[in-house]
Amino acid sequence: MTDLTKLTIAAARDLMAKGELSSRELTEAHIKAVEAARPLNAYVAETPEMALAQADAADAKRKAGDARAMTGIPVGIKDLFATKGVHTQACSHILDGFKPEYESTVTQKLWDNGAVMLGKLNMDEFAMGSSNETSYYGPVKNPWRAEGSNKDYVPGGSSGGSVASVAGYAAMGATASDTGGSIRQPAAFTGTYGIKPTYGRCSRYGMVAFASSLDQAGTITRTVRDGAIMLESICGFDPKDSTSVNMPVPNFEAALTGDIRGLKVGIPQEYHLAGMPAEIEALWHQGIEWMKAAGAEVVDINLPHTKYALPTYYIVAPAEASSNLARYDGVRYGLRVVPNGGGLNDMYEATRAAGFGDEVKRRIMIGTYVLSAGYYDAYYLKAQKVRQLISDDFKRAFEKVDVILTPTAPSAAFAFGEKSDDPVSMYLNDVFTVPASLAGIPGASVAAGLDAQGLPLGLQILGRPFDEETVLRVSGVIEEAAALKAEPKVWWR
Amino acid sequence: MAKYIIQGATGDFEVVLGLEVHAQVTSNAKLFSGAATDFGAEPNAQVSLVDAAMPGMLPTINEECVRQAVRTGLALGAQINKYSVFDRKNYFYADLPQGYQISQFKHPVVGEGIVKIDLEDGYTKEIGIERIHLEQDAGKSMHDQHPQFTYVDLNRSGVALMEIVSKPDMRSPEEAGAYLTKLRTILRYIGSCDGNMEQGSMRADVNVSVRRPGEPFGTRCEIKNVNSIRFVRQAIEYEARRQVDIIEDGGKIDQETRLFDPVKGETRSMRSKEEAHDYRYFPDPDLLPLEFDDAFIDAARASLPELPDDKRARFEGELGLSAYNAAVLVAEQESASFFEVILDETVKATKKPAKDVATKVANWVIGDLFGALNKAGKSVADSPVSAKQGAELLALIEDGTISGRIAKEVFELMFETGKDAGTIVEEKGLKQVSDTGAIERIIDEVIAANPGQLAEYRGGKDKLIGFFVGQVMKLSGGKANPGLVNQLLKPKLDG
Repeated sequence: MTDLTKLTIAAARDLMAKGELSSRELTEAHIKAVEAARPLNAYVAETPEMALAQADAADAKRKAGDARAMTGIPVGIKDLFATKGVHTQACSHILDGFKPEYESTVTQKLWDNGAVMLGKLNMDEFAMGSSNETSYYGPVKNPWRAEGSNKDYVPGGSSGGSVASVAGYAAMGATASDTGGSIRQPAAFTGTYGIKPTYGRCSRYGMVAFASSLDQAGTITRTVRDGAIMLESICGFDPKDSTSVNMPVPNFEAALTGDIRGLKVGIPQEYHLAGMPAEIEALWHQGIEWMKAAGAEVVDINLPHTKYALPTYYIVAPAEASSNLARYDGVRYGLRVVPNGGGLNDMYEATRAAGFGDEVKRRIMIGTYVLSAGYYDAYYLKAQKVRQLISDDFKRAFEKVDVILTPTAPSAAFAFGEKSDDPVSMYLNDVFTVPASLAGIPGASVAAGLDAQGLPLGLQILGRPFDEETVLRVSGVIEEAAALKAEPKVWWR
Repeated sequence: MAKYIIQGATGDFEVVLGLEVHAQVTSNAKLFSGAATDFGAEPNAQVSLVDAAMPGMLPTINEECVRQAVRTGLALGAQINKYSVFDRKNYFYADLPQGYQISQFKHPVVGEGIVKIDLEDGYTKEIGIERIHLEQDAGKSMHDQHPQFTYVDLNRSGVALMEIVSKPDMRSPEEAGAYLTKLRTILRYIGSCDGNMEQGSMRADVNVSVRRPGEPFGTRCEIKNVNSIRFVRQAIEYEARRQVDIIEDGGKIDQETRLFDPVKGETRSMRSKEEAHDYRYFPDPDLLPLEFDDAFIDAARASLPELPDDKRARFEGELGLSAYNAAVLVAEQESASFFEVILDETVKATKKPAKDVATKVANWVIGDLFGALNKAGKSVADSPVSAKQGAELLALIEDGTISGRIAKEVFELMFETGKDAGTIVEEKGLKQVSDTGAIERIIDEVIAANPGQLAEYRGGKDKLIGFFVGQVMKLSGGKANPGLVNQLLKPKLDG
């Protein structure tokens, strides 16, 4: 038998439908793969017993004729989605031992659709990071290595565990979340497909909050089709999230027609960064050629406020985070540190000092500062105005074009420690992904090629609000055109 | 109306007062969660995952609380804002699970309005309302449960409050008291807050400053969380005097937050301006701006009952009640509705126009019924005599079945036993005698028994007619119709 962990979701689904494969077999193979992949440090909690129970339940349901889109498919869950009775810490020390009494809407939808949980996935602490180096549980290793090298690379972040588990055949798909690029950038770094839907498509209920106006759940898969299948299963209106949008969820898989003739593809001139590696420019150009070859019309467009996106993001996101993270105070759950004879304020200080990592503290401080009396207007209020301008840029662009094509990140995966001492250079990693987050529009990163060292590179496709279908369709066309045969050499098993 | 003046050694001062009233919205569920809001539940028995600020939990607005705030705004004749925004007010405290309170800062749901207060001797004054906004209550820290630890009860955490902010329009403790009283009456009328100050459903932050008449406003101190009207007056008296003393000693008032100690009757400093929090308000990204349409406002308006001022005007104008009677009856909605039901029943029973019986009914309700209720320590709501029963009693007086004096006796029995007036009159044989023949027989008997008094009367001592009336009434056991007695007695005495 072939290696079951290398099946796509779509292929496994079809085999199970034909009765040629059981979820039990598929899940057992994945449980072994999860154990074998421990060197990647992708999982922070493994739940094999739960997985087998869900697999058996899935097989029973299928027998009863009640199979759904994700029935029997083993997946990993990013640690910031609340899973009842299971490790949910957003990979922070401050949530030590926290096991919620509730289930996030996104994961509940997956279980309702028959999916099987392999465990909880590593991530940057509270999703703050672009390399998965800020996790309390240690960094995740990228399954990909440069050709002929044993050096470890970062998987990107913050959804580092999600992409590593999927690229490393330790999950068929994974949930992820994107606040400024946390789905798309790591997808690009690992040759996987990552899609963040429109803000409001997925409920945030039960997702540990980083920046509420930006956080949006999405998926990591190995193919575009798998992304369509899994994304559809987690989208939908939820009355428990006031920002969730009450709109029907289309059949995303049906959008993968491969036909983009006549589609207008925008190329934002502001994304040509000075000093960007030539191979990224080349890949982008290649993407443009693929679009033309498929019959699309390529149009140069302008997004004039692009250069303000990063500074805007690094005001808005920390501001919201500083408030969202105030609840981690040692009073009700998680870590509590009380110095001898200390009072309430001492407990706050000691708990938060011990519980948060440096990057989280940095953002809490930035956020507190920009909201402070006397600075609010100059920073937070101004940032909100600029955010509106960035959003308007996209609105105007989408009057002319149907989708926008850009590189996902300005570089391929980098080595550990290369940027972790320099926050600004780390933040620059998100330069292409942050604008779409600020505008709340859907975006995806599809693997499109390799750099000279053999590391994967991604192209980003951005769409109109609630037009995930076009994003998926274009993603599918690029995937097919790229016909990337390369996969990471399995060094960790 | 006498001005409230604080006499200092160097001259007179006046006090300037503004109130921020926190009124708990009457609603079965909290502002942003479905948890219950009953008073007196076991600690932490009414706490949802949202109220405890569990990771990933999100607030969702309770429309009923919005409706109640809008109704309150309408009842105060205030501007209703169809667009308002919830903000986060950030600060750390053990009983504030989120680390922020969801409130409304820049865009409150209700804008400017007016409360007309009633002062001594029929004077009234208009107090401006600055705004009303919706916000969450915090939990409760309990410092007396354990020698080392503070316990936290989150039952109140997330409960909806309306913060009703007045303009600095009040000038005396009496005005502040009258404002609170009136506000409480209105809130209870429309049912947006139960106004229960003992249970903490209504509390006031009192802003106090003093100035010499004609000078600009002085620096104010805010006295937090005062939980009775009496304490509000006491706190103001103490605080105003304290400020005057400081100024007269050449000192300066520091803007600060103070607490009122009801045991010592004094205010003391809680935190100074330097220690004041920077709340870092910003719009809550978990909630969309609060928007509603005219239909929502219209429905809220349609659900409002007649308000106390309107009711009072109608009682005086249409029913001809005295200002005093009208004021007493509208002060509590229960009293007013009791009066209206009993009036209605009396009109039905007597077939007389409301205006003709209203004053009698009001006098009876305020004099007899309220008197008895007060003595028994009962409220109108648990009166042993229902409005319908009262109306029956009044109708019996009105149609001459019983006399006013007998009615008092019957009422006492009704109050004790809960029986109907008719039953008691029947059982005790208290029916007024209006049979001319029977009364004449009694008169004859009385005249025959008192020849001396008759001679004196006929000799010119007219006043003795009262004696004969008394004797007739006595002999009839109080049941003789006094009108008939008067009518029949005189010709017989005159011979």
